Amino acid sequence: MSINRRQFLKIAGASTVLGLGGASVVNSLKRGGLEASQMSPDPKGLVAKRWGFVVDVSKLESEEDYKRCADACHNIHNVPVFKNDKLHEVKWIWKEPFENTFPGTEHEYMSHEFKEKNFLVFCNHCAKPACVKVCPTKATFKRKDGIVMQDMHRCIGCRFCMAACPFGARSFNYLDPRGKDTDGTPLIKVENKTFPTRMIGVVEKCTACYERLSIGQQPACAEVSNGAIVFGDLEDPNSEVRKIIATKYTIRRKPELGTQPSIYYVIGGSEHA
Amino acid sequence: MYNSGKIIAGLVVFLAFFAFPFYYNLGKANARPEPKLNTPVIQQLAEKKCVESRDFMRSEHMQLLNDWRDSVVRDGNRIYVNAEGKKHTISLQNTCMNCHSNKKEFCDSCHNYMAVKPYCWSCHIQPKEDKS
Repeated sequence: MSINRRQFLKIAGASTVLGLGGASVVNSLKRGGLEASQMSPDPKGLVAKRWGFVVDVSKLESEEDYKRCADACHNIHNVPVFKNDKLHEVKWIWKEPFENTFPGTEHEYMSHEFKEKNFLVFCNHCAKPACVKVCPTKATFKRKDGIVMQDMHRCIGCRFCMAACPFGARSFNYLDPRGKDTDGTPLIKVENKTFPTRMIGVVEKCTACYERLSIGQQPACAEVSNGAIVFGDLEDPNSEVRKIIATKYTIRRKPELGTQPSIYYVIGGSEHA
Repeated sequence: MYNSGKIIAGLVVFLAFFAFPFYYNLGKANARPEPKLNTPVIQQLAEKKCVESRDFMRSEHMQLLNDWRDSVVRDGNRIYVNAEGKKHTISLQNTCMNCHSNKKEFCDSCHNYMAVKPYCWSCHIQPKEDKS
């Protein structure tokens, strides 16, 4: 039996195609039906095109108001509290004086009350987040609903995102968050068993309570803020946040940097404002 | 052959040393791990079934957990529909460990035997168990 060159190439080509096809069929059978379509979002979950916050500072009056919002967040998310060791502090939401919140806008004639006023700050969930651009592992990424999310499984702790974020919204776990403070007390006083902690060497920040949104709850800080923090869809003209932005004068932090933050601050002031 | 005595003696010593683990463990029964399923939650289940079949979970649970992780964190999808069409909430701490609250007797029994160290528990909180 002899075949010519043309016949040989035909047979070789056909058997290659069959072989490749065969392998893919066998592999897909072996994988045993794990398909992306098997996962779906919870129907109870809140959805939006672009989540955003309005922070009405005039509604934050006492020290207690700030503490209530921060504690609600930090307790739910197992954020370690460093009482003495401020260098290693981890924070998702905290207060910041005017000159640090809106640097460059303070001036000599500003009322004393305003200069001393604290603002509640947390991750701005920017529309163009600098942290996402610099992350080498895509551990931090922008979700379709606008939340700047942090995937702790992928974070390698390079801290590029911390250098990139102009708002200092990110904290690095220099120490084991499950460890103890300098005075021997555990950093996480009461663990929330339904939420993970983090580990040493990863960066963490506010995640807009993605885990609460997915089961239809508001972010923890908004829930306990008595209306000082309003959460809603910035792309929906009928949402509460848009109504406030449409009727009151709001400012954002460092808009000149072009990251387009999604937190709008109602500065309030007296009736002359 | 020069120095045959030294070489052969050396080879014998080397082989004896090298093969030590084999004859040390010779004849010892290596008990296979028996992950325990007798937690209170599982015992109260009407139908004692995991999210997928036993064989699938045995061989593919690591892949399933990886897919679950990506699904929740990256896509925000928290409902898993299994082969029978039943829905489960995707959560290691709240779904898996709710039933398998005996991590030491369940997860660890095989993982220790196979000498694999998944890093789940450096962040995820494991259920409280009696120290044993």
